[in-house]
Amino acid sequence: MIKVSGLTKDYGARRAINNLNFDAHQGEIVGFLGPNGAGKTTTMRILTGYMPPTDGEAIVAGYNVVEESLEARKRVGYLPETVPLYTEMVVADYLKYMGDLRGVPNVEDRVDEVLGMVGLGDRANGYIGNLSKGMRQRVGLAQALLHKPEVLILDEPTIGLDPGQVVEVRELIREIGKERTVLLSTHLLNEAQNICDRVLIINKGKIVAEDTTENLQARLLGAERVIIRVRGEADEELAKAIKLIKGVRDVELKNDGAVEFEFASGKDLRPEVAKQIIKSGYDLLELRPLGMSLEEIFLELTSNEAKKK
Amino acid sequence: MKNIWTIAKREYDNYFSSPLAYVVALAIFLPIGIYFCIIMFATSQQALYGGSSAPEATPITWLFIFLLIFLSPALTMRLLSDEARMGTLELLLTSPVRDFELIAGKWLGAFMFVLLLAAFTLIFPVIMNNYVSPSLDWKLIIAAYLGIILVSGALLALGVGISAIFSNQFAAFFVTLGLFFFLWFMVSLPASYLPTGGEVLNYLSLSTHFSQSINNGTINLGDVVYYLSLTALGLFVGTTAIEIRRWR
Ligand SMILES: Nc1ncnc2c1ncn2[C@@H]1O[C@H](COP(=O)(O)OP(=O)(O)OP(=O)(O)O)[C@@H](O)[C@H]1O
Ligand SMILES: [Mg+2]
Repeated sequence: MIKVSGLTKDYGARRAINNLNFDAHQGEIVGFLGPNGAGKTTTMRILTGYMPPTDGEAIVAGYNVVEESLEARKRVGYLPETVPLYTEMVVADYLKYMGDLRGVPNVEDRVDEVLGMVGLGDRANGYIGNLSKGMRQRVGLAQALLHKPEVLILDEPTIGLDPGQVVEVRELIREIGKERTVLLSTHLLNEAQNICDRVLIINKGKIVAEDTTENLQARLLGAERVIIRVRGEADEELAKAIKLIKGVRDVELKNDGAVEFEFASGKDLRPEVAKQIIKSGYDLLELRPLGMSLEEIFLELTSNEAKKK
Repeated sequence: MKNIWTIAKREYDNYFSSPLAYVVALAIFLPIGIYFCIIMFATSQQALYGGSSAPEATPITWLFIFLLIFLSPALTMRLLSDEARMGTLELLLTSPVRDFELIAGKWLGAFMFVLLLAAFTLIFPVIMNNYVSPSLDWKLIIAAYLGIILVSGALLALGVGISAIFSNQFAAFFVTLGLFFFLWFMVSLPASYLPTGGEVLNYLSLSTHFSQSINNGTINLGDVVYYLSLTALGLFVGTTAIEIRRWR
């Protein structure tokens, strides 16, 4: 469980995060999405007890991260952005060391277990310095999981992984997220879409949107946009025919021979449109809602924020 | 407390995979070994010409500390500065480890390593003892080694404290070296020229607390307090430096 209220952090005169409020519950994976310098790492460092906030309060796993820092830290697993590791240490020794510092019982067995979870069982006796970047990333993840933390904070967990590993790590995070609270940061919108139950979009130190991935799309959409393809090329005739249907607007004939149109959300006009196309003598091949990608939502939100200023 | 031991043990083990630690060990044992041979040779020559002075072990303990002044900064320089530079400090500071435990653990690791080096030098008095009858003054030697324990504890604590301030190990090295040089050679220099306050400067000097007292077999409370205060100061500076790092 994470609860953040009024969280603010200044680095000298620069305000890195400004009055953040959010929470994350057990069994929930929350994505922290934002461009470079948005304040994701700063927020995570405060939540993990690395540094205190300038103002505001954060409760992690039931403990205040400033006043009961040690108790909070016991219950948090953290994968820092840079995945700092002792390159001169053997993987298993390193994990045992970190496990000892966190009071993990039967630490050797737990190290084996965690190495299995991240798929590094065969590298247990190798030096960390000899691992590839993706493998180090997974050692970092193993380190964060060692003490079965209630709250897991992952700063860009899949960066530097190959596509296969990305899938595996996401799967692992999803699995962990069933019982624990996970907060992960990412620039990758499809990643947030893929594994998060909820997304917080942060820009210039402020949360600009917070919702489930589905709601976020719907909220921004306000209308639904649909793409149509017919056998051969669509022409002006077809566009006109669609325009005739009541409630359809913004009909657009695309260069690649598709037609796009919009209707107010909640009033699904797809059946009418389909009938109209058939009636006009075209062979309908595709009729697909476009849905705004998180990318577009993100750009929209962050540029709105910029415009307001 | 368990955390201190966990950290200390890793640092101690780490020295054995560090080339620098071996260089330091060599740079201590080589001069001491040579010095030892010279002492043995000189006293045997004296004995030949009817001299009666027995060899003593205290020059060896004195030399150990003297060398530590120059070499111990190399043992402590990277203890915290490197963690800060590599970013591994971030994981230590987000583990359930108190800042003091971190500093104390680093110090203890270095301390155990130096005590191991000191233990090796015991071989010289033991050899010497075979050539002296009835035997060496072991009370003197015990006092001298107690001195080694106290002085090295203080030096290493100061070194760890300074290492916590810097993110660059060479900066930590030179500042530590400069401080030790000052405390050993310089601080008491002006004492004899000053009308007043000379005692204060003398009290601050590392060498007066070692060479002229504990290494000669006199253990007085003032010296012990002096070393323990320096140790506490070093650990305090280190802990504070880490706390300041968090608040920055
Ligand atoms: N140690 C620091 N000292 C001074 N300013 C800092 C420090 N760390 C971060 N900042 C500033 O705070 C702001 C937020 O940085 P932060 O690292 O939290 O962003 P981020 O969202 O993690 O970015 P990225 O996606 O690039 O990792 C930036 O303007 C950055 O320059
Ligand atoms: Mg970041």
